[in-house]
Amino acid sequence: MASLQPLTALGKREATAVTHGPLTITERTDVALASVAARKGRMADLSAAAQKAGVPLPGPATHQAGIPYSAFWVAPEMWFVEAPHATHELIADLLKSALGDAASITEQTDAWVAFDLAATDLAPLLERLCNVDFPAVPNGYATRTVMEHLGVYLVKHGPGAARLYGPRSSAESLLHALETAAHSAF
Amino acid sequence: MTQSHRIDGGLIDRTKTLRFTFDGIPYQGHPGDTLASALLANGVRLMGRSFKYHRPRGPISAGSEEPNALVELRTGARQEPNTRATVAELFDGLEANSQNRWPSLRFDAMGINDKLSAFFAAGFYYKTFMWPKSFWEKLYEPIIRRAAGLGSVTREEDPDAYDKGFLHCDLLVIGAGPAGLMAALTAGRAGKRVILADEDFRMGGRLNAETLAVGDASGADWAAAVLAELAAMPNLRLMTRTTVIGAFDHGIYGAVERVSDHLPTPAKGKPRQILWRIYAGKAILSGGATERPIAFENNDRPGIMLAGALRAYANRWGVKVGERVAVFTNNDDGIRTALDLRAKGVDVVAVIDSRPVGDLLPGIRHLHGAEVIDTSGKLGLKTITVRQSNGATETIAVDALGVSGGWNPNVNIHSHHRSRPVYDAGIAAFVPGPEGPPGLLVAGAAAGQMSTHAALKTGRDAAIAALDLGTAPDLPQAEDAPVRISPLWFVHHGKGRAWIDQQNDVTVKDVKLAKQENFTSVEHLKRYTTLGMATDQGKTGNVIGLAIMAELTGRSIPETGTTIYRPPYTPVAMGALAGRSRGKEFKPFRLTPSHHWAKEQGAIFVEVGNWLRTQWVPKQGETEWRQSVDREVLATRKSVGICDVTTLGKIDVQGTDAGAFLDRVYANTFSTLPVGKCRYGLMLREDGIVFDDGTTARMGEHEYVMTTTTANAVTVFRHLEFCRQCLWPEMDVQLISTTEAWAQFSVAGPNARKLLEKVVDQDISDAAFPYMGAGNITVCGGLRARLFRISFSGELAYEIAVPTRYGDALLREMLARGAEFDPVVYGTESLGVMRVEKGHVAGGELNGQSTALNMGLGKMVSKKKDSIGMVLSQREGLTDENGYRLVGVKPVDPNGKLTAGSHFLEKGAAPVAANDGGWLTSKVYSPHLGHDIALGYLKGGDKKIGQRMRAVNLLAGLDTEVEIISPHMFDPEGVRLRG
Amino acid sequence: MIIHHPILGPRDAQEFVYLGDASLIDRPDGMTAGVEAFHDYLYQRTNPAGEHQELWYHEQGDRSWLVVTRNTVTHEITKVELARDVARARGRTK
Repeated sequence: MASLQPLTALGKREATAVTHGPLTITERTDVALASVAARKGRMADLSAAAQKAGVPLPGPATHQAGIPYSAFWVAPEMWFVEAPHATHELIADLLKSALGDAASITEQTDAWVAFDLAATDLAPLLERLCNVDFPAVPNGYATRTVMEHLGVYLVKHGPGAARLYGPRSSAESLLHALETAAHSAF
Repeated sequence: MTQSHRIDGGLIDRTKTLRFTFDGIPYQGHPGDTLASALLANGVRLMGRSFKYHRPRGPISAGSEEPNALVELRTGARQEPNTRATVAELFDGLEANSQNRWPSLRFDAMGINDKLSAFFAAGFYYKTFMWPKSFWEKLYEPIIRRAAGLGSVTREEDPDAYDKGFLHCDLLVIGAGPAGLMAALTAGRAGKRVILADEDFRMGGRLNAETLAVGDASGADWAAAVLAELAAMPNLRLMTRTTVIGAFDHGIYGAVERVSDHLPTPAKGKPRQILWRIYAGKAILSGGATERPIAFENNDRPGIMLAGALRAYANRWGVKVGERVAVFTNNDDGIRTALDLRAKGVDVVAVIDSRPVGDLLPGIRHLHGAEVIDTSGKLGLKTITVRQSNGATETIAVDALGVSGGWNPNVNIHSHHRSRPVYDAGIAAFVPGPEGPPGLLVAGAAAGQMSTHAALKTGRDAAIAALDLGTAPDLPQAEDAPVRISPLWFVHHGKGRAWIDQQNDVTVKDVKLAKQENFTSVEHLKRYTTLGMATDQGKTGNVIGLAIMAELTGRSIPETGTTIYRPPYTPVAMGALAGRSRGKEFKPFRLTPSHHWAKEQGAIFVEVGNWLRTQWVPKQGETEWRQSVDREVLATRKSVGICDVTTLGKIDVQGTDAGAFLDRVYANTFSTLPVGKCRYGLMLREDGIVFDDGTTARMGEHEYVMTTTTANAVTVFRHLEFCRQCLWPEMDVQLISTTEAWAQFSVAGPNARKLLEKVVDQDISDAAFPYMGAGNITVCGGLRARLFRISFSGELAYEIAVPTRYGDALLREMLARGAEFDPVVYGTESLGVMRVEKGHVAGGELNGQSTALNMGLGKMVSKKKDSIGMVLSQREGLTDENGYRLVGVKPVDPNGKLTAGSHFLEKGAAPVAANDGGWLTSKVYSPHLGHDIALGYLKGGDKKIGQRMRAVNLLAGLDTEVEIISPHMFDPEGVRLRG
Repeated sequence: MIIHHPILGPRDAQEFVYLGDASLIDRPDGMTAGVEAFHDYLYQRTNPAGEHQELWYHEQGDRSWLVVTRNTVTHEITKVELARDVARARGRTK
C-alpha cells in the first residue's frame, strides 16, 4: 500500500496539534480501532477468548488500558478496542483470529477522529461542551455524549487528560468547537 | 454635571470615576453603580416613556423587577433595547438612550396618547380595530406598533458570541441574600458541591441595601465575610451576574450568566453570556421578596418609587433620590425607609401611614389613617395631595415619594411546575404553595420569612433538610421584627388613573372594566387587561390587580387566586438561547473523503443534511452549471466517471441470524443471497409505506453490509435497533455503523472496469466479478478494500471502498492511472440525471407517502415471510388498481420545459384539484436524449404508457404537453450495466 | 428530564429519542395476524393523563431502547427498564 498516502481526518499529511493557554489538543492518527460485540449467548466464550488474547472487556461506562489492547464499553455486550495503528492496522482481522466466532468484529479506525485533550484541569473546557460531570466521574470513565450537535465518545484519563472520539467527517467542526470553547474557558 | 444627589456611604468605589452618557448628555458615576443609581445620583429621574400612553416614567425599583426604566444600551450592532437601568451595571463609556419617545424624552409627540386615554382602555385592540378586517395588517397594526412599544433593535448582526454550558451540584442556591448565604455556608462547610447563583453583580441581597446588623457586623460586611469563606471552598461555585431563569424537570435549572454585559465589549474569544443547564440534586429558592406599590391617582410620576428602593439607593449606592421626601406606607417596612433616609440626612417631610393607629415616629411628621390621593409634576414629582384621617386634604411639595404596599415573596421559580402560591394573610402576600418542583425548597423572604433572623434560620434549615446534614453553623444574631401590615391595595379616590402595571400601562380603571365585562377570573383579568404580561411578568403589579378584583367582586383574595409564573424569571436574550448555533456554526459540517481534492478543483458543494457533497466540478470556460453537468454525464456514459458516494449510510449487520433479520426488516429476501453477492433492498415502515432503499451485500456467512440513503442513515439504524431489541430480542444480530470508516466511490461507465483494473490487485473480469458481485479485495499493492458491482447510473459500474484516510489518495490514483480513459469526477447533479434516466427512485419519490406498488416495485414485497410493513402494505387503500404509479415523462416537443411539482392533467382539463392526475417528482435535462425528462406519480400510470397528457405548473407558468413513458428511459434492457 | 438508565444511571433526556407507547413492542406475527390486528397495533393507543409506558432510544448513549414509565401529568418517572428485557418478559421469542 506504499503508493497511497493517507490523509488525516483534518485533511493533512501529519497529525494536528493545537495549543491555547493551558490546553493542548492533539489529533491521534496512530490508533487502530475496532468494535467487538458478543454474539448472542456467547459472552462467556468471548470473555475467555478475550482474556487469553489480552483484550480487556471492561464494564459499562468504563475504559480499561492495556498493551497492546485497550478497550472501552460502548453498548451492552459491545466494546471499542484500541491498539497502536503501526502494529495493528489490521485490527479487525487480528481480533477475529483471536476471538473467533464468539464476537462480531468491525473495523472502526477511520470512522472516528481521535483528539487527546491535555490541561491542568479540563473541567472548565468540558462544562462548555457537554453534560458530563467531568470532575465527579472517575479516571477511566468512558461515555458517549454530545458536543455542539456531534455525538462523541469521551474517555477520562485524569482531571487534565481525556481522549475524544468524534465522527471523522466532522473532524474540522469538532476541532473548531473545541478551540472555540477553549478560548471561552481559558 | 456633578453628582448632585450623591450622599455619603454606599458600596461604590469613589476612588474611580466612570463616564457615561444618557440621551447624549455626559454624566459621571462610580464602580458599583447601576445606570439607574448613577442617573439618580446626577438628579435624573425621567428615564423613559410608558408603553401605551407615553407617560413620563422613572425607575420605581432598584432591581430586576423594574417595569419602567427600560433603556437602550450601547449603539451600533451592540445596541440592546428594553434593558432595565436598575440592573445595568455602569461601565466607563456606556452609552444609554431612552426609548419609546419622539422627538425627545422630555417632549414626546406621542404623549397625545395620554390625552386620548379613553380610547386606549383595556380591550381597545379587540374593540377598536376589529373592523374592517383588511385594515388590520396594512393600517392599524403599523400605526399601533409605532405608537406603542418599547425599544428598537439594531438591524445589524450581533457581533458577540453566547455559550451554553452544563454544571452539576448537590445543591443549587438561588439568590445570595441572608437565606441563600446561610444555606450555601451550611452546605459548603459540610463538603457538598454547591452552586450559589445571584442575578446581582454583588452578592448579599437586601443585606447590601439595609443598615441592619448581622452578628456584630453590618449586614453587608457579614455577607462579604461569608462570601470570602465560600470563595475559598473548592466545592463551592459562586456565580454572580447569574439569573436562574427556570426550574425544569428532575432538578434541571436554567441560568443565564452575564459574563461580559458589564464590559464595553467582551474580551477576545469570551462570550457575552452563558446559558447554563444546571443539574442540581437539590435546590433552595432564596430569591427574596419584591416590594409592591399602592395604586393611587397619578402614582406613576418620576420620583415615585418603592420605599425599599429609595432606601436601597441611599444605603447601597449613596444616592438620595430627592431633597424633600415623603413615604406612603401600609406597613412597618415603610417606616424603616423613613428612618434610614433621615439617618442619611435626607429631609423626610412626612410619613403617610394608611394604618389608622400606631406609634408616632419621633421627629418626623407621621400621619396615621392618611392616604396619598393625587400627585402633580409633569416630568417629575412636584407635589403630593394627602387626605388625612379627618378627611382634610393637603398638598405637600416633595420631589420623591417612597411607597410601600408590603412585600411579595418571589415565588416565581417555585411555581414553574404549576404550583399555585397560597395567600398568607399574616404578611398580606402569596407564599409558595405546598407542591413545588420536587427537590426545590424555599427559604427566607421567598418563603414569607421576612426578618433577617428568619431568613438566616430558614436558609440554614433548608440546607440541612435538603442534604440531610448532621451539623450546621451557629446562627448570628439578627433582627427578628414581625411583619405589621394593614393591607391597602388602592386608594379610593377620584376618577383619574391609578397605575397597577406600569410597564403595560394597566390601571385600576382597567380592572374595573374587566369586572364590568365579567372577566373576573384572574386568568381572564390577565388576558383582558394585559396585567402582568409585560417583560417584568407583573412582579410589582400582579398581586395588586387581583386584590382589587377581589375587592370589586366581594371575594376574598384566596378565593380570587393568583396567576402563576413561567420561565424565564427575567427576559433572556435570543442570542443566549441560540448559543453558538448560528451562521456557519449553526450545525457541524460533514466532509467527504474527496472534499479536499474537490476544493482544489473549484467544485461547487451542496448541503445534504450536514454533508457537503460535490454538486458539480466546473472546468475552465464553463459558465453555466448545465455545461458542467452535461459534460460530466456524457463523459461518464462515454467512458468513465467517478463519484464520491461515501455519504450513503453503511451498516454492518453480523450474527448467525443476520440473514433472517434482514428478511424481516426488508420487504424482499436476503437470507438466500449468496456470499459475495449484493442485492437491492426495499425497506418499508410498518404502515406499508416505503421507508428506505439501498444495496446490501453478503460479505460472509454471518456478515452483511447494508447501504441506506444518505438522508435516512440515522433513522434506519435507530429502526434496526428497535427491531433487534424490542421486536426480536432472541435473534443473534449485532449492528454497527461504518458510514465514515470507508471512503466509497462509484466508478461508472463503459471503461469502469478498465480503470479499476489499474488499481485493483485482483481479477475483476466479468467472469471473476459478475454483475451484483461483492467482495473484499486489495488495491494499489495490498491495501484492504471492498468492491461492489452495482450501478445507480445504468452503466457498467462498481463501488469501491478503502479506509477513509486513503480515500483522497485512491481518487487521485484512479484519475492518474486511468488518465487514458479521460475519467471525469461527477457530482450529485449528474448522479441525479443518470438515475432519473434509469428510473431509479430517490428523494422525490421516497417521499414518505409512497408504497412499493406506487414505485412499480410491488413484486418486491415478499408475502412468503413476515417483514415490517408487509401486512399493512396490503391494505385496501394502498392497493388501488388505479393508484399512483411511477412513470417516465418527456415533453412532446423536445424544447418543452418540465419542472418537478407540475401536475398531470388530461388534455383540455381545467387545472383544478378534481382533475389532478398526479405530479412530477423529479426532473432533469438529459444530455443523452437532448430534452427534459422527469419521473412522476400518475394515477393508473402503468396503464397510460404512450398516452399524451399535460404537465401543468401554474406557479412556474408551465403547461407542457407530455408523453407518458416507461420510467426506464435509458438502456431499459440493462445491456450496459451487465457489460 | 432525567432518565435513570438501568445500566448508565441518570442521563439527560436530551440524549434520547422518543418513540411512543411501549405497546409497539407487542407486534403481531405477520404470517398469522391480519390487517386488522396490525391496524390496532400500529394506530390504537391509549392516551393516559397519568402513568404511561413509553419507548425511549438512547441514541447519544449506548443505543439501548428503554421502556420508561412516566407520569404524563407530572413527568415523574417511576421505572426504567431495558426494552429487550421487557420484550422477553412479554414473551417475544419469535
